[in-house]
Parts: sequence; C-alpha cells; structure tokens
Amino acid sequence: MATVRIPTPLRKLTEGKEEVSADGSTIGEVIAALEASYPGIKARICDDKGDVRRFVNIFANDEDIRFLKNLDTPVADKDEISIVPAIAGG
Amino acid sequence: MSLHSNQHVASVLDLVGNTPLIRLPSVEARAGGGVEIWAKCEFENPGGSVKDRAAKQIIKDALADGRLSPGKILIDSTSGNTGVAYSMIGAALGIPIHLVMPANVSLARKNITQAYGTKVIYSSEFEGSDGAIRMVRELVAADPDRYFFPDQYANPSNPRAHYLGTGAEILEVLGGRVSHFVTGIGTTGTVIGTGQRLKEANPNIEVIAVEPDDSFHGLEGLKHLESSIVPPIWAPENVVDRMLPMPTDEAWDAADALVRQEGIFIGHSAGANVAGACRVAREAGPGAVVVTILPDRGDRYFQPMKWEKQYVW
Repeated sequence: MATVRIPTPLRKLTEGKEEVSADGSTIGEVIAALEASYPGIKARICDDKGDVRRFVNIFANDEDIRFLKNLDTPVADKDEISIVPAIAGG
Repeated sequence: MSLHSNQHVASVLDLVGNTPLIRLPSVEARAGGGVEIWAKCEFENPGGSVKDRAAKQIIKDALADGRLSPGKILIDSTSGNTGVAYSMIGAALGIPIHLVMPANVSLARKNITQAYGTKVIYSSEFEGSDGAIRMVRELVAADPDRYFFPDQYANPSNPRAHYLGTGAEILEVLGGRVSHFVTGIGTTGTVIGTGQRLKEANPNIEVIAVEPDDSFHGLEGLKHLESSIVPPIWAPENVVDRMLPMPTDEAWDAADALVRQEGIFIGHSAGANVAGACRVAREAGPGAVVVTILPDRGDRYFQPMKWEKQYVW
C-alpha cells in the first residue's frame, strides 16, 4: 500500500488524518481507492473529465506526476504520494 | 507616476506606489459593454507586487516609533510577495530579514528573496500559510528580544498603506465616478484600507471582497476565510458590502485571457480580481465604473522546468 499525504483543506474528508494508506498500481487507481474510503475526495482533486485539476500538484516520491505519466504514473508498495495545493494569502 | 515618468528619485523606496490605472476594454466587452473597468497596475512597484506598499508602511511606522531598532532582525511569515517586499526594503535600509514560508511557495519567490540576502525558513507545505504563521510565532516566542515581528496579518500599518496610498490614488484619478471596488483577500489589508478611503469619499461606492470558493483552491495569495486563521486586521463592518466566492478555474481563465487579449501578464490573484470585476460590472450594468487591483505579474508563477527542478522538502 502507498502512503498518501493529505493537505489541511482536505483533512475534513479523511477524518482529520494527515496520512492515509491506499491501494493501487497507478496514481489514478490510488485516487479511486481514496474515493472509496473517503467519498467526495476525488471531486476535489480531479475535474469533471477525471483529469487532475490545474491547480493541484501531486507528487510521487517528490516527483511531480506532470513530469512523469500523470494519472498513469506507476505506484509501488510503500511509495509516498503527496497532494499539495496553492498557498493562501500574504 | 513611478516607473512611468522621467524623473530622478533618491531610493528604491521612492518607487513604491503611485502605480498607473489601466482600462480593460476586453473585460468590459465580456461584461456586456457600457461599463468602465479600471485596474491598478501594482506589478509596477519595484518589488513587483502590491505588497511593497504594506511592507514599506510597516517598516516606516516601526522605525518611527522604535519597535524596529538597530540590531533587530525583522521576521515574518509570508506566502511570498510580502517577503520580496521586506527583502528589498531591508536591503535598501540595512535591516536583516528572516522569512518563514510554506515549502511549496513558487521557486521564483524563494530565489528572489534570497537574492536580496534574506534568510528563508520553510514550514510544512501541507499546512499552507497558517503553518507559516504558527512557526513564526514559535520562533519569536523562543527569542523575543532578537526579533521585530511585524505580523502583517495584524499590523494596522498594512491597511494604512492602502488608506493613504491605493485609495487616495484611485480617487485622484477617477474622483467621484467610481461605483464599485473589487479585490481579493489575503491579509485583507488592500480591501480594508482602500475600501475605507473610498467609502469616506463616497459611501455609495460598493466594496466587494473576492475569496476562493473553496478551502482547496489554486489562487495563490488569496485566503478562504472560513477555513483559515482570520487576520486580525479583517474588520469588514462598514467597509466591505459583500463577499464574492471565486472558482479557481474562472480566475485562471481570466488571467489567460488578459495576457492574450491585452498583453498584460498577471498572476492568479489578479485573475481572480479581474474575473470578479467582470461579474460585478455585468450585474451592475451600463454606467458602472469598477476598479480592481492587479497584485503581481504571472511570471512569478512559472513551474520550474524539469531539468531545473529541485524540490527541497
């Protein structure tokens, strides 16, 4: 299972958890697994077409998935996936 | 106008403020026509953003009353642009600057602040600007005599900069013709200070605060108040008439349109402001004179190229 690090604004959906585990052999599958455990989370990360929203950055072991294979980026057991939003004011 | 008139100045500090107002015909057309939409070009400040105004007023006021004295380090939390402003002014005046920023601020801003000689301390990228606020409070509490901690979110000099500057400048150019003022909220200094000044001149001017429509958003620099530490300077009573929730996509599209149609390359918060001004003008209809703010340029937000990418978390 991969570990997924959750940013503050989405922790309401993960019962306050900063890190959760999710199954999946690609980032897309991991997001689907997250949605199964925490309904509503996929719509925050992905748009209506299922693509990662423009302002959301997902990192697989510190590599931006936009520079890898996006949602098809392979995920191995014990990989660390991070979901990072933009920064609020000031 | 600074940067636009052929004159000499004594210091980079003299270039802060007096930014030009530019009319946005493409946005007026999208709003249905018959309206005026004007935007204040805050990217023309020497540090590249509206934050030069607050930082200059904060430092000026603190030097005047002795809160900032020789030997003290100025430390604050920032998502970036205030950090650039402090760094520029600190370099010009010989004041050491330490900044706490979330680790995921744009690489450009990390590099720019460090170019001025500033020390940058990173807080968690998962906790956004609130994580940086908490970290700076801890650092100051551990060694209070070492630092001057202006706390831009709580410092009255922040809105004062806009009361004395931004608001007065808008009135100087457009006078009593302004019907609406629309701008996004981060520290909330711009909307509070400018709004107060405009309301004093004409209580009928409607002041609208733009905020992200969701706690999870892509409008760097703007705050979703309900899910954030509310800045103590946020005192909307009798100043802010209403809030306008802005979707990230609408703001990004407005920024993309402005660079393609008018050659003005702006950041995401400016995109939110332009999109907000467009909505307000459309709702108000012909005759509306809407003023908004362009806080910074879009080149602050370029993603690093793959080969130059070095995420240090």
